[in-house]
Amino acid sequence: MLDDFLLRAVLAAVGAALAAAPLGVFVVWRRMAYFGDATAHAAVLGVALALASSLPIFAGTLAVALVMALTVAWLAGRGHGADMVLGVAAHGALAFGLLAVSLVEGPRLDLESYLFGDILAVTKADLAVIWGGGALVAALILTRWGRLVTATVSEDLAWAAGIDPRRERLVLMLALALVVAVALKVVGALLIGALLIIPAAAARPWSRTPEGMLAGAATLGVASALGGLWAAWVLDTPAGPSVVCAAVVLFALSVVTGRR
Amino acid sequence: MTNLIEARGLGVEQGSRLVLRDVDFAIRAGEIVTVVGPNGSGKSTLLKALIGALPPSAGRVRRKPGLRLGYVPQGLRLDASMPMSVGRFLDLPRRVPGEARRAALEEAGAGGLDDRPLTGLSGGQFQRVLLARALLDRPELLILDEPTTGLDQPGQAAFYQRLEEVRNAMGCAVLMVSHELHVVMSASDRVICVNGHICCEGHPEVVAQAEEYRALFGTGTGGALALYRHEHSHRHDAGCDHDHDHAHHDEGQA
Repeated sequence: MLDDFLLRAVLAAVGAALAAAPLGVFVVWRRMAYFGDATAHAAVLGVALALASSLPIFAGTLAVALVMALTVAWLAGRGHGADMVLGVAAHGALAFGLLAVSLVEGPRLDLESYLFGDILAVTKADLAVIWGGGALVAALILTRWGRLVTATVSEDLAWAAGIDPRRERLVLMLALALVVAVALKVVGALLIGALLIIPAAAARPWSRTPEGMLAGAATLGVASALGGLWAAWVLDTPAGPSVVCAAVVLFALSVVTGRR
Repeated sequence: MTNLIEARGLGVEQGSRLVLRDVDFAIRAGEIVTVVGPNGSGKSTLLKALIGALPPSAGRVRRKPGLRLGYVPQGLRLDASMPMSVGRFLDLPRRVPGEARRAALEEAGAGGLDDRPLTGLSGGQFQRVLLARALLDRPELLILDEPTTGLDQPGQAAFYQRLEEVRNAMGCAVLMVSHELHVVMSASDRVICVNGHICCEGHPEVVAQAEEYRALFGTGTGGALALYRHEHSHRHDAGCDHDHDHAHHDEGQA
């Protein structure tokens, strides 16, 4: 039954949304939106690397995204202005990535699929990567949930409770690199940040606890994936941006009707 | 005699600045110790080094193995994007039975706040919730970093009264930084004067008679505000190379 390209697209979009939710809430709480963008943009560089060395695309993007996340965190930790470092990194990674891809693939490359995703071309192997990677992200975050939330609320409270917040930060970076690698095929490097942030933001007005917000983000993420794909089918629009548009609509509805 | 936590030759750098140096410190079970000192003198830094949040650049910190530690930070800025009820906050990092949660809130004087969002609390309520969370583990040592910052006078008095009741009931050791000298001095077993290093320490009455203390806090009226002119004339003189005129310290830094 996975031979139907539309079914594969639906499964891919839902899988990416579920992978993004547990990380997305932390990206919002920790104000890492720009950080997520920088890491996601680096995925394009990972694609070039993978093409040049005939590695799987997933491995290339995962490795480069991880290096990017660690480098940026290290630079910001050394007292360089975090916003400035991220600005340089986000745009630099994107520009160098595009340059590298065009050098490797030659003039006939299809940039759009890397930038905005190519969900209708998802293969069974891609599905395995998306759901496998997503399960890994969920396991990583949910098993350390209490520690991650504590470290996010206050690093000092975490230390006092015997939790090393630096380790929790590393866990989030690893999860971020995984989500980037997982979601690249679905929404593309430019919109991965949106997939992380918007469902979580849309869940905020209706949430009273961190767990509530996580559940809301997952639900709204899946709804955006399904709604966006349906819109793309009906309106004949690109799938990745349609998913993000659906999420933005849900966000607007939530803010208007929410308690806060 | 067991030390709950002890530091030997502790030094802490922040950036390239040595904020604390040569600190020898220990606290025993049941003891109440107050840390005083001018703004920017390293009081908070000392507490953070003791809980492990700041790595020592010299010396070392040792905790009694399995020490149950309660920490009340100097306020807490919760990002508005994070929904957090009082009850859930007390469940961090591990879930606790609802009964224990309610008991801790009651003990800290924050009974009935269980379901309220953390961001909707008044300053006084918030500090009491922080205290309740620190009490959950039945701590052997309670560390408080200027717990009444931002409270008005009645609020401060109420908080310290509550703290004293809690400590009498639980018998835990208390280590706290405070500006409210007149309040905390009387209840302390020991007072430690910090100014980049430990200037003087001892029983409050002994310390109050000490030359160093009088130089730091004045001899009579307005003591609390007179803490900026601190002449050194004690045992740290040798090898002492920093400026002791603290009149220009940044007031915004704790």
